[in-house]
Amino acid sequence: MTKAPVRIKTLTIDGREVGAREDQTILDVARENHIFIPTLCDLPGLTAVGACRLCLVEVRGVNRLLPACVTAVAEGMEVSVSSERIDRYRRSILELLFAERNHVCSVCVTNGHCDLQSLALKLGMTHVHFPYQYPRLPVDASHERFVVDHNRCILCTRCVRVCDEIEGAHTWDVMSRGVDCRVITDLAEPWGKSESCTGCGKCVQVCPTGALSEKGKSVAEMSKRRQFLPYLTLMREARR
Amino acid sequence: MPRQTIVIDPVTRIEGHSKISIHLDEEGNVEEAYFHVTQFRGFEKFCEGRPFSEMPSLMARICGICPVSHLIASAKACDAILAVRIPPNAVRLRRILNLAQILQSHALSFFYLSSPDLLLGMDSDPAKRNIFGVMESHPGVARDGIRLRQFGQQIIERLAGKRIHPSWVVPGGVNEPLGAAHRDRILEELPEAVGIAQRTLDWFKVEMEKFREEIRSFANFPTMFMGLAGADGALDHYDGKLRFVNAAGQIVADGIEPADYAAHIAEMAHPWTYLKTSFYKPLGYPEGIYRVGPLARLNICDTVDTPLAAQEWAEFRELDRGPALSSFYFHYARLIELLYALEKMGQLLNAPDVLDTHVRARASANNSEGVGVSEAPRGTLIHHYKVDRDGLITWANLIIATGHNNAAMNRGVLQVARHFIHGNKLNEGLLNRVEAVIRAFDPCLSCSTHADGRLALEVELLSHDGEVLDRCLTP
Repeated sequence: MTKAPVRIKTLTIDGREVGAREDQTILDVARENHIFIPTLCDLPGLTAVGACRLCLVEVRGVNRLLPACVTAVAEGMEVSVSSERIDRYRRSILELLFAERNHVCSVCVTNGHCDLQSLALKLGMTHVHFPYQYPRLPVDASHERFVVDHNRCILCTRCVRVCDEIEGAHTWDVMSRGVDCRVITDLAEPWGKSESCTGCGKCVQVCPTGALSEKGKSVAEMSKRRQFLPYLTLMREARR
Repeated sequence: MPRQTIVIDPVTRIEGHSKISIHLDEEGNVEEAYFHVTQFRGFEKFCEGRPFSEMPSLMARICGICPVSHLIASAKACDAILAVRIPPNAVRLRRILNLAQILQSHALSFFYLSSPDLLLGMDSDPAKRNIFGVMESHPGVARDGIRLRQFGQQIIERLAGKRIHPSWVVPGGVNEPLGAAHRDRILEELPEAVGIAQRTLDWFKVEMEKFREEIRSFANFPTMFMGLAGADGALDHYDGKLRFVNAAGQIVADGIEPADYAAHIAEMAHPWTYLKTSFYKPLGYPEGIYRVGPLARLNICDTVDTPLAAQEWAEFRELDRGPALSSFYFHYARLIELLYALEKMGQLLNAPDVLDTHVRARASANNSEGVGVSEAPRGTLIHHYKVDRDGLITWANLIIATGHNNAAMNRGVLQVARHFIHGNKLNEGLLNRVEAVIRAFDPCLSCSTHADGRLALEVELLSHDGEVLDRCLTP
C-alpha cells in the first residue's frame, strides 16, 4: 500500500509567504518559521486542546479570532499573529488568569521560572484591570514527593494530557465547570491516596506555573525540567 | 481648663505607621499617653494552609527593612520542623547574613532616622530635620551613614543574591554556597567600615554630654531586659538561650530554650493598638515588662567576643554601673553593635570552611511544631509554627521585637510627655521629643502593621468633648 502523498499548502503569516503540510496547524507553521505566537496550554509532544486562547490569531475573511494551535492551515490563508486587537485580547486573557486565582509571584515556588509570569512580562501586562477573586483554594501535599497548589493552577490541562498520553496512567482529570473547575487526581481523592499515580513526576515538570511542584522546594526554587518530553514522544513514534 | 488630648499622627522617621495621643487633665498636666499602632497585617492567619517550606520567604514579606531577620527566625523554626542539624557552614553563612542585616538596619536607624535629632537639635526646623538636612550641615556624617548601610546591603546581596527579600535562606540551611570572589570583596572593604564605626562611636560619646536631659527622661526607668545569650553568655544574634535580667543586673531567668518561650513570655492585646504587648509571664502585666534590642543585648550579656567591641562594651557597662536604663542609650548600644557586627563578620569570613559547599540539609516534615528565635536589629524575634502531617501550616505565632518593647515604649512616651509638656500650648520641639523617644527604640511597625501612605506630622489639640483647639501640620 502506498501512502497518500502529503499535500503542501501555501499561506501568509504577517505578510510572509510560508509553505506547510496540510496536516499542520497555524502554530506549527509559525514555529517552524520562527514566528512567535504566545501559548500556555500548548506543549510540543502533547495533543493540542485550545484551552488557554493565548494563541488567538486573525485570519482574513473570518470574523472571529481563531486559536492557532488547533486551526489547520488552508491554501491562500492570510494570518496575522499580532495586531493591536490581538495584543489587547491576549493581555486581557492573562489578566483574567491572574485575577481568577491567587498568583502571588513573589512567594511562589516557581518565581522566575514560570511560563505565566514570563508571558505576562513579555506581553506587557502591567496591571490587572479585573477585580481579584481571591478564592479560598486548598493545597494538597498528601503525596510523598509532590504538591498541588490549586491557587496557582490555570487549568491548562498539560498535567492531564502528559499523564494520559505519555505516562499512560490517566491519574489527572478535570472536575466541575466554570470557576469551580479543578484538576483532580483519580476520583478527586488526595494525591497521596491515588492508586493510579506512578509517581513519575511528569505532570510536575510540564506544569507551566507553581501549581504542581516538588515537595520541599522553597520560594523560587522550582524550575521545571522538560527535556524528557521530545525524547519520549520520538521514541514512542519510532516504535509504532 | 477642660481635659484635652494631643494627638501626634503619624509619628515620623520610624519604620511603620503609628500615632501618639497625650491626654491632659484639667490643669493641663499630662495624665496618660498612648502609643497606637494603627494598622493590621494578618500574617499569622493567611499563612495557614501553605507548605512550611514557603514560610521563610512568605514571612520575610512582613518587612522590607528587616526581611533577613524574619528569614532567619523562620528558617530556624522550619529547621526544627525538619528535625535536622543544619551543616556548620550553613550556620556560619546565616550568621554573616544576619549581622549584615543588623549593620544596615542600625545604620538606617542611627544615621537616617535619628541623627537629624542629634546633630541638628530636637528643636531645629522640622523641614530640615531629616537626612537631607544632615547632608547639608554634616556631609561627612551623612556620607558615613550611607556608606555603612550600603556596605551592609551589599553583603546581603553578595551572599543572598539580592538586597531585599532574597530567597536564599531555606529550611535546612541556605541554597547556594559563598563564592571566593564575594568573600574577598567583602573582606577588602571591611576595614573602611570598621573605621567609620569607630569614628562615629568616638564622636557620639562626646556628643552624648549634650543630651543629659533626654538621657534622664527618655524611657529611663527600671525594667527587665531580655535577649539571646550565646555560649558563655556572649553577645550573640543568631543562636543561644533566652535570658532575663532585672534592672539591677541580676539574672532573673537564664538558659531558657527558645522552644520553651511560651512558658516565660505572654502576650496581651490592648484596645488602643493593633500591636500586642509582651510581658514576663511569672511576674504578670505590668510588673513583667521588659525591653529587648541593642540596649537589652548589651545589658544581658556577660562578654563580647570581638576585641574592639569588647572594649566599647566594657565602657558602656560603666555608664550606670549595671544595666543602662535610659532608652536614649539605645543609640549608643546600636553603634557598639555596628562595630561588633563588622568585627564578627570578619572573623566568620576568615574561617577556613566558609567556602564549604555543603550548606543544606534535606528532610521532610518530621516534627509537627517548630520554634525559631534569633536577634533581629530591634530585638528578639520569635517564629513558632505548627504543621499537619503533610507539612502544611496549621497555626503560626510571631512575637516581634517591637511587641516586646511595646509596654516600655508606652511608658516611655508618658514619661517624656510628662517631663516636657505642660499646659495647652503646643511646641513642635517638645512634641518631637515625644516622637524621638519612640525613635530611640527604632520600632519596626511594618512588622506588625502595614506601612503605607505619606508620612507627615499632624498634631491636634482636642478638648475632652472632641473639639479641636489647636492644630498644626508639617508641610
